[in-house]
Amino acid sequence: MDGIHDMGGMQDWGRVHYDPDEPAFQAPWEGRAFAMSLLSMNRLTGRNLDAMRHALERLTPLEYLKNGYYGRWLLLSETLLTDSGVIAPGAVDARARTLRGDDVTEPPDVELSKPDYTATGPGSLRQIDDPPRFKVGQQVRARDMHPTGHTRLPRYVRGRIGTVEHIQPASVLPDTNAHFLGENAQHVYGVAFDSKDLWGEDAEPFVMHVDLYDSYLEPAS
Amino acid sequence: MSPVPAPSDLPVELRTEALESILVEKGLVDPAVLDKFIKTYAEDVGPLNGAKVVAKAWTDPEYKARLLADGTAAIAELGFKGPQGEHFVVLENTPTRHHLVVCTLCSCYPWPVLGLPPGWYKDPAYRARAVREPRALLAEFGLELSPDVEIRVLDSVSEVRYMVLPERPAGTESLSEEELVPLITREAMTGVAKVKAP
Repeated sequence: MDGIHDMGGMQDWGRVHYDPDEPAFQAPWEGRAFAMSLLSMNRLTGRNLDAMRHALERLTPLEYLKNGYYGRWLLLSETLLTDSGVIAPGAVDARARTLRGDDVTEPPDVELSKPDYTATGPGSLRQIDDPPRFKVGQQVRARDMHPTGHTRLPRYVRGRIGTVEHIQPASVLPDTNAHFLGENAQHVYGVAFDSKDLWGEDAEPFVMHVDLYDSYLEPAS
Repeated sequence: MSPVPAPSDLPVELRTEALESILVEKGLVDPAVLDKFIKTYAEDVGPLNGAKVVAKAWTDPEYKARLLADGTAAIAELGFKGPQGEHFVVLENTPTRHHLVVCTLCSCYPWPVLGLPPGWYKDPAYRARAVREPRALLAEFGLELSPDVEIRVLDSVSEVRYMVLPERPAGTESLSEEELVPLITREAMTGVAKVKAP
């Protein structure tokens, strides 16, 4: 989906905030949100890494930006847990208000609704028998597609032509795996784009390397 | 699919406490297990791992060749693997070629060798600008590259995880592998800095 998460090339963010001595977690709650997210992703909800990333994308732009990195992780955990019926919608809000001292009624539990979906192997990499569709050195065009669901095709390369530099290990397709519609294991290509083909003639000269799934590409000619 | 949680005026700290309280009450989460995860990523899995990989590559040419040919296997030789480390690619920075790593879509990062991503890597400014004006961005980090250095930016949008093998600085020829390790920063292994001699 074309969301706030797809930040490549956006302007006017200013300077990067840099603190060389920051700890892994800036406050204790960040560590707890991180750890609960790891458990929420697979073990508690039957969902997966791609669904987790999509849960981030489903936050409104305002919520995405306002809560910071681990705030987003906490909210994505709530989303995955609610999607799978492990917690009821509104349960976290109600519990938080109870902890704060408000007199609220907590919502009753709901029925579990974990996806009926089993990964065919650990992680995301898979062995596939089909030979790669594209060769190293071949020109390819990133498809100009705008799915409403999950994708890992960044906006800034859509419609642009690049050159295949590497054949990466085959992998499950995030676009379908995030929605439990199948793994669609396929080849992944390391594609190099000229910065001027992405950002115009006045762009800084550099090579932009993006690893793109077979479904994201078409022959350039 | 149910909607995402509605925007809330509740601080995220309080929401975190609330979620843990619910999951513990349901018997789904053991707070001691959370403590263990937190300790692992706060103390054990960090850029020291990557620094050991780099120092070994600088002092052992055969290891360096293996590292550049098959990063995953060479990194596993030192015992480093785990989540966000299914397939490593290690890229060598040289006097004429400079690699910079980013993830524009979230903040994918090679956890087993560099730990959890630092704040600057997660900063929207970094995610937005690394793929559009890397030279200007690097200059702000204090790294001014000569115009004849080729910059190559890697966007970690698939499950390939990138680590930079920085240049060994001049003046460190007499240092041992162990003495080199503390010089090597996560910034150098992501490509926003060079390693400095002591």
